[in-house]
Amino acid sequence: MPSQEIDIRYVAKLARIALTDEEVEVFGRQLGDLLGHVEALSELDTASIAATAQVVESRNVEREDVVSGCLERERVLEMAPQAQGVYFRVPRIIAEET
Amino acid sequence: MTQWESVIGIECHVELKTNSKMFCACPNEFGGEPNTKVCPVCLALPGALPVANKIAIEHMIRAGLAFGAEIPEFSKFDRKNYFYPDMPKDYQISQYAMPLTQGGAVRYWLADGSMKECRLTRIHLEEDTGKSLHAGTTGRIAGSSHSLIDFNRAGVPLMECVSEPELHSADEAIGYLEALKRTFVQLGISDVKMEEGSLRCDANVSIRPAASTELGTKAEIKNMNSFRSVHRAIESEIARQIEIVQSGGRVVQETRGWDEGAGRTHTMRSKEQTHDYRYFPDPDLVPVEVDRELVESIRTALPELPHERFARYRGHLKLTPAQATQLIEDAALGDYFDACVSASGHAQQSANFVLGDLARLANENRMALYDSPVRPEHVGELVRMVESKTINSKIAKDLIARMWAGDGSPAAIVEREGLAQSSDVGTIDPFIDEVLRANEKSVMDFRAGKTNVLGFLVGQVMKASAGKANPRIVQERMREKLG
Repeated sequence: MPSQEIDIRYVAKLARIALTDEEVEVFGRQLGDLLGHVEALSELDTASIAATAQVVESRNVEREDVVSGCLERERVLEMAPQAQGVYFRVPRIIAEET
Repeated sequence: MTQWESVIGIECHVELKTNSKMFCACPNEFGGEPNTKVCPVCLALPGALPVANKIAIEHMIRAGLAFGAEIPEFSKFDRKNYFYPDMPKDYQISQYAMPLTQGGAVRYWLADGSMKECRLTRIHLEEDTGKSLHAGTTGRIAGSSHSLIDFNRAGVPLMECVSEPELHSADEAIGYLEALKRTFVQLGISDVKMEEGSLRCDANVSIRPAASTELGTKAEIKNMNSFRSVHRAIESEIARQIEIVQSGGRVVQETRGWDEGAGRTHTMRSKEQTHDYRYFPDPDLVPVEVDRELVESIRTALPELPHERFARYRGHLKLTPAQATQLIEDAALGDYFDACVSASGHAQQSANFVLGDLARLANENRMALYDSPVRPEHVGELVRMVESKTINSKIAKDLIARMWAGDGSPAAIVEREGLAQSSDVGTIDPFIDEVLRANEKSVMDFRAGKTNVLGFLVGQVMKASAGKANPRIVQERMREKLG
């Protein structure tokens, strides 16, 4: 797939990454190259191969519904970039515009 | 003027009742000290790996089977990517392409007893998010300076039930939600407490001309925190949309929040920024192949479901919709009632006692009837004595009070204290003669055409006989004597 088909600005926006025009150019080309590389797969006949969601063979890895220890709050909050009292503190949420 | 039909679909999130969270061993409990039920998995610390909770998956199969859904043999978990601070991973583990259950239908009923059905699109399994508190002046997102996060709820198993747009009124939406709720309670897979957030729902509402089969533009309504507010929000939204269309406008596709205080919905965010969740299979979790034997064993073990019980109470036992609903709301009370019916053989009279005098006593004593000293077999005896006219209703009431006080078998009390009602003319006549002698004026009034004194005279006989005379026989004999 040629690189111009990737909307690099849109992808960057979804990933919350700010890109300069120069970076858009560079990363766009690189992503295009990557897709081109993967594109080689289309030369294979995959008609008889079922779609797969997971490359490992294992199935049904489950746990019993049993409770075990949690982390200590003091330790947990120490690791946080910001904490306030017993909570994690995060910047103002601006997703909703009520 | 155009008649409008409303079309409603409901998305309902229900927390599953398990000991531990969906993908880690932290406890799944409501509330508690903030940020104490957390571990590397639900906090998304680097290197931590999720492992699916076996019981949560079984609960999903239970839910699916209860609604007649298909349980596909193959299912998997996907990542739903979006940024929100109450989700530490920046994605939510959910199910997109291959949910654990597909299709099925919820059978529900309305207050008039009519049975309805709303198909389910799917029920899928995901993890709940943490809780955020918006600090600042208003307590809402707007105007807040920052947010505080409690991750205790993050990772709690959550099922999302998506209905087809097949509900056509606020009443139907509530009937549907109540059916979901009762079924999950009956299955023992969720507490479904809206006030604790273990059941949350959004409604997609649109309108169309009554004859049309095309769907109109929908608005998604959020922030409804009780069934009552769901009802109000849907009615208000339908009215808003009809007003827009009738005044020549067009409904815009958007998310609207319900404002309980103002009693209306308001725009929350524009749909222009349609979310692009970039779902993809979660590489940390292996697929689930649902064992057919497990499905069959769960199917066999399903309890009688609320809609089945409703059909049985209405059809075979001929209870009213209100009686049937009351006995289903509290399944243990329904079981108690069923035991009373098998002991008595009379459904309606059993329902009258269980939901009447006995319910009143239970209420006054703040105790569930099934925890009281009144045993179903005692209620059965009482009902049989009333039905066979062995005792009259006054004695029955006295007996109920004594049964509640722990006096045991009402048949034994009646036997011991000679309370059985008498239909024997030889026993009743002397009481009648005595009353007629003592009430000459009433007798004259009756003969002068004031037949309404009969009730008074019969009452006097009942009193004189200490309630043991059969009132029907008393009335018959009285008429003959006065005749």
